[in-house]
Amino acid sequence: MEPNHHPETVVVAMSGGVDSSVVAGMMHRQGAPIVGLTMQLWNHRRLPQLAGDGPVGHRCCSIDDVYDARRVAEHCGFPFYVVNFEKQFEDTVVRPFVAEYLAGRTPVPCTQCNNHVKFDQLLLTARQIGAERLATGHYARIQLNSCSGRYELLRARDASKDQSYFLFGLTQEQLARAVFPLGDLTKMEVRELAREMNLPVAEKPESQEICFVPSGDYTQFIEGYLAEQGSGQRAETGEVVTTSGEVIGRHEGLHHYTIGQRRGLGVAAGRPLYVLNINTVANRLVVGDDAELQSDTCEVDRVNWIAIARLEQPMQVMAKIRHKHEAAAATIERAGESAVRVRFHQPQRALTPGQAAVFYDGERIIGGGWIR
Amino acid sequence: MQRDNIAMQRVYLDHNATTPAAPEVVAAMLPFLSEEYGNASSIHSFGQRARTAVERARESVAALVGARAGEIVFTSGGTEADNLAIFGLVPLGLGVPGGVRRHVITTQIEHHAVLNACQFLEREGVDVTYVPVSSAGVVDPQDVRRAIRPETVLITVMHANNEIGTVQPIEEIAKIAAEADIYLHCDAVQSAGKLPLDVARLGVDLLTVSGHKIRAPKGVGALFVSKGTRLRPIFYGGHHERDRRPGTENVAGIVALGVAAQLARENLEADASRMASLRDRLESQLLTRISEAHVNGEGAPRTPNTSNIMFRHIEGESLVISLDLKGVACSTGAACSSGAVEPSHVLTAIGLAPEDARSSLRFSLGHSTTAEEIEYAIGVVPGVVERLRELSPVYHKT
Repeated sequence: MEPNHHPETVVVAMSGGVDSSVVAGMMHRQGAPIVGLTMQLWNHRRLPQLAGDGPVGHRCCSIDDVYDARRVAEHCGFPFYVVNFEKQFEDTVVRPFVAEYLAGRTPVPCTQCNNHVKFDQLLLTARQIGAERLATGHYARIQLNSCSGRYELLRARDASKDQSYFLFGLTQEQLARAVFPLGDLTKMEVRELAREMNLPVAEKPESQEICFVPSGDYTQFIEGYLAEQGSGQRAETGEVVTTSGEVIGRHEGLHHYTIGQRRGLGVAAGRPLYVLNINTVANRLVVGDDAELQSDTCEVDRVNWIAIARLEQPMQVMAKIRHKHEAAAATIERAGESAVRVRFHQPQRALTPGQAAVFYDGERIIGGGWIR
Repeated sequence: MQRDNIAMQRVYLDHNATTPAAPEVVAAMLPFLSEEYGNASSIHSFGQRARTAVERARESVAALVGARAGEIVFTSGGTEADNLAIFGLVPLGLGVPGGVRRHVITTQIEHHAVLNACQFLEREGVDVTYVPVSSAGVVDPQDVRRAIRPETVLITVMHANNEIGTVQPIEEIAKIAAEADIYLHCDAVQSAGKLPLDVARLGVDLLTVSGHKIRAPKGVGALFVSKGTRLRPIFYGGHHERDRRPGTENVAGIVALGVAAQLARENLEADASRMASLRDRLESQLLTRISEAHVNGEGAPRTPNTSNIMFRHIEGESLVISLDLKGVACSTGAACSSGAVEPSHVLTAIGLAPEDARSSLRFSLGHSTTAEEIEYAIGVVPGVVERLRELSPVYHKT
C-alpha cells in the first residue's frame, strides 16, 4: 500500500433499520470514510386513508426511520444526508407495481427498487458526492471470479435471511460497486453487533411489508392510488369460472388476486379452490383445484445474466420462482433474445406471471428474469 | 471525506436560511432566561423590568422599519407575522350572509408562509390572484393594478425574494394600493438588515420581520401594523400586544430582536456594501470558471447578499451534499423546501425548466462572511460542479 494511500469513501444506504445501521457502524469502526444516505421514496401523507391503524411509521421512509438513521450517524459521527427520490421511485416502482396488478400479474417491487432506484439513482448520487462504492444491508455476497472475470452474486450464509433473489437484476457494473457486508453474518450476529456498538436501533423490530403500503393492504393501495391519479381506470367485478367454463361466482376486481390464492375467492364449492389464471381480457378469474395449479414449464423474459455472459446451451439449475419458494431443479434453455424457457424436473405449484424466476448453481446466481 | 480530520474549513453561505445569533444579542437576552424572569404583564418590580425591556425592544424594531413603537406587534417569527397580516385582514368566506366574495392579490414568488396561507384562503371561499413575475424575477406593478377588483381587500407582496434576492417595486405597488384604498402587506423578512426599510417611504400598511434572519435567535419576529389598521387577532387569550397577539411575551427573544434590529440598523450600510462586493466576486469568479452557469434574477435589483446560480446539467441536491462534505454550506432554495420533489416555485415562476430549476444553487452571505471564506468557496465549487457533470447522464446526452 502506498504511504499516502487514502481510503476510498463508501456511501452506506441507510433505511433506519438494524441491518443497514450495522453496516454503517461496522464500516465506520473499520476506519472506512463513509457517508450515510437515506432515500426519501414515498410521501406517506399522500394516501392518508391507507395509513392503517398503527402510527404512520416503521416503514422504510417514514419520518421515524429517517430520524433513526440520523441518530445512528450522530452516534458514530459520520456525515449523513437524506436524498429525495420520490419521483424516480414513483415512476419506476409504484406505477409499474399498480400496472402489473391491473394486468393480472403479481409484481416484485423490491427488485424494481434495487434495479432502478437503489443501485441506479442512489449509486449515481454516491458517485457524484465522491464515493465509488455503495454499501447496503442486503444479505447476499459478491465475489469476483478470476477465471470468468465476472462479478458473481452468491446467497447469504444465513439461508433464512438470504435476499439474493431480489438482487438478480444487478449488472456487472452495479455489482462491481456494491458492497454487502452482512452476507457472511446471521441475523443473530447482526443484532449482537448492533448491541455491542450501542446502536440506537439495536432493538428495533423488523419491517416486513412493502415499504409504500403501510397497511399491508395492497389492493386498497392500488384503488387509492388510481383515485388519486384521477385515472378513469377502475377495477370492475367479473365472473369467477372453473377450467370447464362453469361460472361459480363473482370477483371483486382482478387486482385482488394472485395465482395460487385460496382465501377470499368468495365462492363456496365444497372443495378447496385456487386461482389458476387471471384473464384481464375477459375480466375473468379462472379457479380450480390444487392439481390444476401445478405446471412444469414457464417462459421468462428480460433475463439478466450474472455468472455467465449469455446462455449458449441448455443448463441444469435450481430455479426459484418466488422469494419464499424452495429452489427446484430445472433445465433452462434459450427462447429468444433475452428470454429463457424453464423446464422443471418436477411440477411446481403456482408459477406466477410478474414474479421473478432466479437460477442458482449451488450458492451462485446464474441469472434471472421475469415470468411471463 | 470524514468531514475531514484535518481541521476542515467550514464556510456558511446559507444566511437566507438562518443566521448565527450575534454575540451582543446573546449577551443581552441571557439575563432574561435567568435572573430577569418576570412576566411583562405583572405589576411588581420583576414584571416592570421585563416590561421595560420589551418596550425598549419595540422602539428598536420600530426604528429599524421607520415606524412608531405602538405599531409593532411581536410574534413567534416571520411565518406567524405573515399569517397574522393575512388572516387578520381577510374575512373568510363571504364574511356576512349575502356578502361578497373577497379577493386577495399576491405574487407567484412569495414565501410559503404567504403562499400557503393564500391557498387556505382559496379553500375557504376567497379568490386569490397570483401575479406573475418577469424572467428577472420582478413583479410589474401594472399587473397588480390590473388584478384589482372592487372586492379586493389585501395586496401582499414580498420586499426581497428569499431564493434569488430580487427586490420588488413596493413603492409603486403601494401607490396603486393607496389609490384603490386596499391594504398592502409586505414580507420584508429577507430585506431587513440588507436594504433600508422605511414603512412610510415604502407606503405599506403591514410589514413582516423575522428575528433569526437578522442575527437574533429563532422563535421571534414582528409585524408592523400601521396605526388605524383594523386587524383581527388570530389567537385568543389575554390582552397582550394591544389585543393583537395574546400570549405571555417571549421576553428574552424580544430583547434579542431589539438588539439585533439595532445592530442591523447600525451596520446596514457597511454590511450591505461589504456583502455586495464579496457576492459579486463569488458570482463573477464562478461564472468565469464554470461553463454554462447563469445567475437567476440577473439584471434585477437584488439583495446584496444573495446569489442564485444555475449550473446546467447538475443535480442541485448532489451538489449541496458534495459541497457540504468539502465544508461549504449552501442550499438549493428555501430551507423549507429542501428535500422536496417539486422544483422551486420561484425558479419556475421566472421561467426555468424543471431540470434547470433543480440544477440551481443559492449562496447567501452574512455579516460574518469573510473574503477568505469566499475564496475558499471559489476554490471548491468549480471542481465539484465538474465532477458532477462528468457523472451526469444528462450532460453527456447534450
